[in-house]
Amino acid sequence: MSRLKSFCALCLCLLALALHAPAAQADAASALARFAEDSFPETAKAIEELGASGDARAQIILESLAAARLFVDPASRAVYWRTASGVLHEAASGAPVATPPAGLQPVRINNRLRTAIQNELGALTLMAPDPARRRAAAESLFKARDPAALAPLENALKAEKDPAIARAFAQARAAILLASAGASNEQRIDSIALLRARADMGAIAALRSLHESASADAKGLAGDAVAAIEGRLRLMSHVQNVWYGLSLGSVLLLAAIGLAITFGVMGVINMAHGEMVMLGTYVTFLVQEAFRAHAPAWFDLSLPVALPLAFLATGLVGIAIERGVIRFLYGRPLETLLATWGVSLILQQAVRTAFGPTNREVGAPSYMSGAFDLFGLSVTWGRLWIIVFTLVVFGALLLALKRTSLGLHMRAVTQNRRMAASMGIRTPWVDAMTFGLGSGLAGIAGVALSQIDNVSPNLGQSYIIDSFMVVVFGGVGNLWGALVSAFALGVANKFLEPLAGAVLAKIFILVLLILFIQKRPRGLFALKGRAVEA
Amino acid sequence: MVAGAAMMASAGAPVMAQETIKVGILHSLSGTMAISETTLKDVMLMLIEEQNKKGGVLGKKLEAVVVDPASNWPLFAEKARELITQQKVAAVFGCWTSVSRKSVLPVFKELNNILFYPVQYEGEESERNVFYTGAAPNQQAIPAVDYLMSKDGGEVKRWVLAGTDYVYPRTTNKILEAYLKAKGVAAEDIMINYTPFGHSDWQTIVFDVKKFGSAGKKTAVVSTINGDANVPFYKELANQGVKATDIPVVAFSVGEEELAGVDTSNLVGHLAAWNYFQSVKNPSNAEFIAKWQAFTKNPKRVTNDPMEAHVVGFAMWIKAIEKAGATDPDKVIDAIVGVEAPNLTGGVSKMLPNHHITKPVMIGEIRADGQFDVVWQTKDLVPGDAWSDFLDGSKDLEADWVGKKCGNFNVKTGKCG
Amino acid sequence: MILRALFERFDKAGLVFLIVLAGAMILIPAANLLLPVSSPLHVPTHVMSLIGKYLCYAILALALDLVWGYCGILSLGHGAFFALGGYAMGMYLMRQIGPRGVYSHPVLPDFMVFLNWKELPWFWQGFDMFPFAMLMVVLAPGLLAFLFGWFAFRSRVTGVYLSIITQAMTYALLLAFFRNDMGFGGNNGLTDFKDILGFNIQAQGTRAALFACTALALILCYALARWMVTTSFGKVLVAVRDAESRTRFLGYRVEHYKLVAFTLSAAMAGLAGALYVPQVGIINPSEFAPANSIEAVIWVAVGGRGTLVGAALGAVVVNFLKTWFTTGALAPYWLFMLGALFIVVTLALPKGIVGALNAFGERRRARAAAREQEPKTAEQNA
Repeated sequence: MSRLKSFCALCLCLLALALHAPAAQADAASALARFAEDSFPETAKAIEELGASGDARAQIILESLAAARLFVDPASRAVYWRTASGVLHEAASGAPVATPPAGLQPVRINNRLRTAIQNELGALTLMAPDPARRRAAAESLFKARDPAALAPLENALKAEKDPAIARAFAQARAAILLASAGASNEQRIDSIALLRARADMGAIAALRSLHESASADAKGLAGDAVAAIEGRLRLMSHVQNVWYGLSLGSVLLLAAIGLAITFGVMGVINMAHGEMVMLGTYVTFLVQEAFRAHAPAWFDLSLPVALPLAFLATGLVGIAIERGVIRFLYGRPLETLLATWGVSLILQQAVRTAFGPTNREVGAPSYMSGAFDLFGLSVTWGRLWIIVFTLVVFGALLLALKRTSLGLHMRAVTQNRRMAASMGIRTPWVDAMTFGLGSGLAGIAGVALSQIDNVSPNLGQSYIIDSFMVVVFGGVGNLWGALVSAFALGVANKFLEPLAGAVLAKIFILVLLILFIQKRPRGLFALKGRAVEA
Repeated sequence: MVAGAAMMASAGAPVMAQETIKVGILHSLSGTMAISETTLKDVMLMLIEEQNKKGGVLGKKLEAVVVDPASNWPLFAEKARELITQQKVAAVFGCWTSVSRKSVLPVFKELNNILFYPVQYEGEESERNVFYTGAAPNQQAIPAVDYLMSKDGGEVKRWVLAGTDYVYPRTTNKILEAYLKAKGVAAEDIMINYTPFGHSDWQTIVFDVKKFGSAGKKTAVVSTINGDANVPFYKELANQGVKATDIPVVAFSVGEEELAGVDTSNLVGHLAAWNYFQSVKNPSNAEFIAKWQAFTKNPKRVTNDPMEAHVVGFAMWIKAIEKAGATDPDKVIDAIVGVEAPNLTGGVSKMLPNHHITKPVMIGEIRADGQFDVVWQTKDLVPGDAWSDFLDGSKDLEADWVGKKCGNFNVKTGKCG
Repeated sequence: MILRALFERFDKAGLVFLIVLAGAMILIPAANLLLPVSSPLHVPTHVMSLIGKYLCYAILALALDLVWGYCGILSLGHGAFFALGGYAMGMYLMRQIGPRGVYSHPVLPDFMVFLNWKELPWFWQGFDMFPFAMLMVVLAPGLLAFLFGWFAFRSRVTGVYLSIITQAMTYALLLAFFRNDMGFGGNNGLTDFKDILGFNIQAQGTRAALFACTALALILCYALARWMVTTSFGKVLVAVRDAESRTRFLGYRVEHYKLVAFTLSAAMAGLAGALYVPQVGIINPSEFAPANSIEAVIWVAVGGRGTLVGAALGAVVVNFLKTWFTTGALAPYWLFMLGALFIVVTLALPKGIVGALNAFGERRRARAAAREQEPKTAEQNA
C-alpha cells in the first residue's frame, strides 16, 4: 500500500518537474546566486524562489540550509550542500564533489528564515513518502497559516490515505481558512468545529486568529470553542500538576534514596551525600566523552553503561569514606555531620580542580529527548524515564534488603548491633557495604539527574537539604516513608507553584515541614520500639 | 583624628618606589560563583603576562595579586581592603555579581582606589572609583527588544520577562516593562515571572510560557535567568519542544561559557544579546582567541563577553597610566575619561565621563556547536547610560565625573544628589 | 563582693580569656589611634576591623556553644539569628542615610526607590531610632527562637530531627530574604552605610569604638554564659544534654530549660550580627545560608564544645586561617584545608583544642601527683 503511494508521489513529482523544467532551472540558478550574497533579505528571496520553482533540488537545498549544511565558496560564489553523511554536492549541477574547495562558508540564517524554510518545506513535503514528514509538514503549515499553501494542501488531503495524517491536513487547512480573508462563512464554521475537536493550545491560537471579516456567528462560535478548549485545558492543568509533581517527586526520591540508607538505616548524617550524586554525574560525563571519542554511533548506550560504573565508582568512594572516617564515629551522629561536611568540601574542590569550575555537557540519548502527547497532556520522555527508573531502583532496593543475605545482615546490624555481632555477622564489613550501597545509589541518581540539571561541582549542594527533608518527613529508617514523602512534597510543591510562585511555594513547603515535625516528631512513618531511642 | 586621616591617606596611595606595579584580581575561585569568575582571573593573568612581555608600563613590570573572596560578599569587602591597604595595588579588576560590587564600593571610596567591573549589570550607579566595562541596560536589553520587534526578529507582540529574583533582572524587567508599554504593548501581553537562584524544576514555568504563547500573537521570552538555573531551563525548553521559530528566548546572561554545559542541537535559533561573541570574525578577535587557548593550554576553551570587557578595561587602564605618567588613582581617574581602546569586534570603545564605555550591541543566535551567529548588530557603538530613562526615580539623573564631578546629578533640581 | 562572687565563677582559662580580651579592648584601639603608622606596634585599621569581625564570630560561637555544648541542641540555624540581628542593625543604618542616597529620597532607601516602592513598609517603621533598633537586634532573633523552641521542645523534637528543622528554618529564611518583594533589598541586601549615631562609619575613631564595643560585648556574653552554666540552672542543662528522659523523670520541665537557653543564645547571636554589620559594611541574605551555620558549628568543635572559651577561640582561629588561606598562591586550596580541618578535628580532637589542652594538663598533673606519691610510699616501705 505505502509502496504504491510513494510510487504515485514520485510520479507526481516527475510530472511536475517535466512541466516546469525550463522555468525552474532559471529560478533555481537565481536563487543560488542570491545565497552567495550572504545577506538575510537575499537569502529570504532565494528561499521563496526555490520553493516556488518546483525544482527537484529545492527540498534537499532547503533542508541543508536549515541544518546549516549549505555552503558558499566566497571565491567562485558557487553553492554546495553537504548531506547528513558528509558528502559534498555542487548545488548548480547536483553532482557530488570529491575534493571540497578551501574556505567554504556556511550560508547563515535567522529565525525568520528558519520559519520561511519550514513553510516552504511544509508545502514541498506534503507528498513525501515518509508519514512522519507529512505529519511534520501538516504541523508547520498549521502554525504558519499561509494562504498560499492552501492549494497544495487540498491536493495532498485528497491523496492522503492515512486517517491520522488526513486529519492533521484538514486541521491545517482549517487554520489557514480561518486566518484568510477569502474563506466563505460555511468554510469558517466547519473549520471552527474541526479545531474545537482538536482542543489544544495550537487550536486556541488558530481560533484566535480568525479573520476580521468573519460573520458575527462565526466569531461567536470561535469564542465558544476557545472557552470550551480553555475549560478543558484548565481541567487538564490539574492532571498536569499531578504529573509535574510526580516527576519532581521522583527526582527528590532519587536524590534521597541513598540517604535513606546511610542516614535512615545507619544513622550517619551524611552531608557528603550530595557530592556522591555529583560524582555520579561526572562519571556519566566521562562515559559520554569516551563514547563521543570512540563510538559516537552507540551514544544512546552511554547511560546504561554509565549506570553500573557510577554505582561502582561512588560506592567505592563511599566505602573509602566509611573506612577512613565514619567508622570511628559510630554512635556520635552529630559528629558524623561535621566530618562528612568536611568530606563534601574536599570532594567539591577536588572535582573543581580536576574538571574545572564550569558546567560540563552531558547529552540526552534519543530516547530521553522530546515529548509526546497523552490526551492533551504533554509528557516529556526524559521525565517519564526518570520516574520509571526511580521506581525500578526503589523496587530493586527493597528486594535487595528483603531477599539477599547482605540485606538480611544489614537489617540485623541496624536492629541490634551487638546481637548481630554475637551471631557471627562481621558488623564492620556490613557497615562498609551498607554505606557503599547508599553512596552507590546516590551515584546512579547522579546518572539520571545529569539529564535535567547542571553537571557542575555545586550540583550536590542543591540537593542535600531537599534530600534530608524527604527522609525526615518520611520517617527515618523507613523506605516506604521516603517514597510517600518525596511524592507528597513534589505534588504539593507543584500545586502551590502556580498559586504562589516558585519561591513562595518552596518557603511554604519548608514551613509546613517544620510544623509537621512538631506534630509528628519522627516523621510520617515512625519506627517503633527500642531502636527509636538509640 | 587629623593624624588618623593623614595615616589613612598615606595608606591608601600606592607607594611609588615599588619596583613593580601591583594589580589586584578580585574574583571568586571557590563557591557558587567560581563557575563564572575563575575564567576572568585567568584572562587577567594572561593580559598582565602579555603586558609584561611588552615591557610593562612606565618602565615597570606589572604584578598580579590574586585573592579568593570565595563567593562570600562580606569577604569581598575584606579582600578589597586587604588588596588596597596591605598589597598596595594600583587598581583592582574584579567582581561579578551586583552584590559583590555593592559590598566593595564603600571600601574603594574610602581608600580611594580603582575598580574595573566587567559584567553587564542593572545600571543605576555611577561612582568615581569604579569603571563599568560591562553593558548597562541600554547596551543590551533595549536593543534586544528592539530587534525582536523588528521584522527580522519576528515582529513579537507578546512578551514573557523571566528572571531570577535578584536586582539585575528586577531592574532590567522594570525598564523593559516601561519601554514596552511606551511602545504600545498592552499590560496583558506582558508576563513577568521570577524564580529563585539555582531553580532546577522548570516544568511548570515552561508550560506556562507555552500557554501564554498560544494566544495567536507572536511571543518571545526575555530571559534574565542567572547562571546555574539556565542549564535545566534550556534542557526543559528542548524537551518540551519549544523551538526558536515558535517562541524565541533571548537571554542576557547566557554566553559561550554557560552553553558549554548544554547540548545545543535542540536550541538552535534561541538568542542572546551581548557586546561580544567569540564567533565574531575579526583579526584582533582571532588573535585573542588563539592566545587564550594557548595560555589555558586548551584548544576548546571558549571566550565570552565579560572577558572582552576586561581586555578593553585593562587596555584603557594602561593607556590612562601612560597618559597620566603615574599609577596614582586620582591621576588615573582623571586621565582615563576619553581614553579609547580597540575592542575585539572591530570598533574602538571609549571611556565616557559617566565611567561607562561605548560598546556595539549584537544579537546572536545559538548554533548547534554552542557558538553564536551574529544576526544583528548596531551600526555604531552605543554609549552606556548609567541612569535609565525609563525609570521614574532615575530619568532626571545624570553622571558626569569630568564637568560636574558628580555621579547622580539631578538635571531638574540642578543639584548633585 | 559582687566582683569576687563573679570571679569565683571563672576557671583559670576563663580568667586568662577575660584578661586577654580586656587587654585587646583597650590596647588595640589605642595602638591604632595613638601610635604613628611608622611604629612597629601600630595596628592598621583594616587589621583592627578584621579582628573585630573575628570577635563577632566568637560571640556567635559562644552562643552556639551554650546550646550545643551545654544543652545538647545542635542548631544548624544559628546563622539565621545572627543574620536577623544584622538586618535589624542594617535597617537602622539604612535609615540613617536619610536623603543622602543616590536618588535623594528623604525616607526611602535607594533600593526601594528604583523598585518603585511608594512608602516605607510597616516593618521598617521605628528603625530610625537607635534604641528601638537595638531592642529589635535581640528581640527579633529572640522571638523567633522562642516561638521555634516553644513548638519544637514541647513536642520533644530532639537530636538529628531538631538539627534538620533548624536547617530548614534558616533555608526558608534565606529564600524569603532573597525575594525582592520582602522589602529587605533582595540579594543585594543592605549596604553603603554612612554613619552610626551621627559618627561617620568609615572614620578610624568609629571603627576603634566599634571594635571596643565588640570586645566588651564578648566579655559580657562570656560572663553571662559562664554564670548561667555554673549555676544550678547550668547543672540542669548539662543533665538534659546527657540524659534528657531521666531529667524529665526527675521532675524538671526540660522544655523550659531548653527554651530559656535557646532564646538567650539566639539573642546573643543577634547581638553578634548587629556588631558585625557596621564593621563589614554589608548584610545580605547569604548570611542565612545553611553552610554558614554549619561552619559556625565547626568553630565550636575546633575550639572545644562545652568549654565556652574554646568556642570563642575556635571562631578566631578558623577565621584567621580562612583569611590567611584565601590570599595568594594558597587560594585554590582553602576548601581542602577547611574540609581536612573538619575531619581531623572530629576524629583526632573530639574535645577540640581547649579540651585537648585540658586533658593534657590533667594527665601531667596526675603524673606529677603520682610522682609525689611514689617517694612517700617508698619511704613508708623503708
